[in-house]
Amino acid sequence: MTTSSFDQEHASYNWEDIRQSIYAKTNEDVEKALIANKPDLEDFKALLSPAAEDHLEGMAAKSRSITQQRFGKTIQMYIPLYLSNACANACVYCGFSHDNDIKRITLTKKQVLEEVKVIKDMGFEHLLLVTGEHPAACGFDYLKEIIEVIKPNFSLISIEVQPMLQKEYEQLIDLGLHTVYVYQETYNREQYKSYHPRGKKSDFSYRLETGERLGRAGIHKIGIGCLLGLEDWRTDSFFTALHLDYLEKTYWRTKYSISFPRLRPHAGAFQPNHEVNDRQLAQLIMAYRIFNPDVDLSLSTRESKVFRDNMLQLGVTAMSAGSKTEPGGYAVYNQALEQFSVADDRSPDEINQMIRSKGYETIWKDWDSGMMG
Amino acid sequence: MSQLKVGEYTFQSRLFTGTGKFASNTLMEEAINISESELVTVALRRVELNNESDDILRHLKHPRINLLPNTSGVRTAKEAVFAAQLAREALDTNLLKLEIHPDPKYLLPDPIETLQAAEELVKLGFVVLPYVQADPVLCKRLEEVGTAAVMPLGAPIGSNQGLQTKEMLRIIIEQSKVPVVVDAGIGAPSHAADAMEMGADAVLVNTAVAVSPNPVQMAKAFKMAVEAGRMAYEAQLAQKNYGAEASSPLTAFLD
Repeated sequence: MTTSSFDQEHASYNWEDIRQSIYAKTNEDVEKALIANKPDLEDFKALLSPAAEDHLEGMAAKSRSITQQRFGKTIQMYIPLYLSNACANACVYCGFSHDNDIKRITLTKKQVLEEVKVIKDMGFEHLLLVTGEHPAACGFDYLKEIIEVIKPNFSLISIEVQPMLQKEYEQLIDLGLHTVYVYQETYNREQYKSYHPRGKKSDFSYRLETGERLGRAGIHKIGIGCLLGLEDWRTDSFFTALHLDYLEKTYWRTKYSISFPRLRPHAGAFQPNHEVNDRQLAQLIMAYRIFNPDVDLSLSTRESKVFRDNMLQLGVTAMSAGSKTEPGGYAVYNQALEQFSVADDRSPDEINQMIRSKGYETIWKDWDSGMMG
Repeated sequence: MSQLKVGEYTFQSRLFTGTGKFASNTLMEEAINISESELVTVALRRVELNNESDDILRHLKHPRINLLPNTSGVRTAKEAVFAAQLAREALDTNLLKLEIHPDPKYLLPDPIETLQAAEELVKLGFVVLPYVQADPVLCKRLEEVGTAAVMPLGAPIGSNQGLQTKEMLRIIIEQSKVPVVVDAGIGAPSHAADAMEMGADAVLVNTAVAVSPNPVQMAKAFKMAVEAGRMAYEAQLAQKNYGAEASSPLTAFLD
């Protein structure tokens, strides 16, 4: 039944117990997880564990084969459009934090259309709208207007903005919104507040229950994830998978996606508490694929060329390309302030060629706004 | 072995049984007793509602046994709701096995009427266990309207064909948030054990016991098979190894 919430389920787990149980996984547990027909959350823990670090090659083979069986040799392409860096939150790790003395920009409709023109010329059909969390500057009303204006230009529109109410999501879905990305950043309830001291985002439960509001609103796809580098990534990823499992079972008409934002250098001075290296990120991505054959796994331009080029065969199904992470970055302003620095700065065309050279097909369009009535 | 929870009810036994087709009510009682089944379904239409010493019920008076009245015989949601209310009044239980099969030949359940009736019965406070096709989407729809379990079929009622719907049952078990009871088609203890090993929460067996030349011994065999299957599921089966080793390193770029 759907009366319970994930917040309640989450509260029934103890962070430290989970962490210890992951670190206690053995070589045998990993081997068992690798041959399981239907890996469960205990198997996922094993695949996340330090013990699995000696099994990356086996994990890679399995992850590649599952991904190809489910998705074929394809990579979906999307591009972010940063609309605003205005933000009322004070996330200690973020370049957009209210506490940072940066120039705040919210694009006008006219400016957005200038950006859209450049993005369309690059060939994109899937667009991700991004804003800071500032209800007055770039809240629901603003987004609604922007979606109305740009909808004719794109076949799939997604957003990564502040969590909203169910009725607000319903209205945006009616306008053609397809996917919403909301990252919990960390599932560690005790530590959450230290990263998000003020603003609406400091409410752990409200953010955690965004998935439920989206599911009830009938969204097509939900993207979740944690910010790698804040807390122990293995434990945080277990809770992300628990969240995924809950949402898949409860809002079973919706598709899901996992992203892997990893802390990179930015305008603030925050350094990762628990750094995640390339081997570990690869392990995590492959662990997800082995655990869940159907979930979309997305890798942004935060990651390096070499890493992206190799991981696209080992579990990843969606990639951004040509991204500018500052509002106006495509056409309006030459130089504002970006949220994070891009590690892969190749053009979409170059990335398309790279994907094809590996024998994969680049998917530019996988939806049609006409399908939403 | 873990207990089974269905709504507010908990059960030690994961073998649900039926009361039809036995050669005598005495034999039925003996078979059900040896099966240690705690949930026994009885067709409302077979019970003499105004007779406190109804013969079937008299043979089911045992502290371990919960009655699970079923609506077998109704053809629409409306009839099912009416029958359910009669059953609740007569047998003093909110438990209800919802069966709507308008087709008199194979007794296959009508998904549309079943979903409608389930929604209404849940609102009326019934603990609803619907008998349905092994249809994963229908099972999720039933869960959403608040049924306490789902009871997908393995094969047509009374056919003893085993788990013909196995791949669909696998998906239902994977996705369900309520107990999955495999109902109908289970013709041998090995079928029951198979369902339990897959992770079904319980099975309901009637014909295979009732029409066996030795129903009592067969009931015991089913009890053992259900327990064995559940124990194996909880212990976790060893997996077949399909793993292939990569011939060239896929992860060299990480070095």
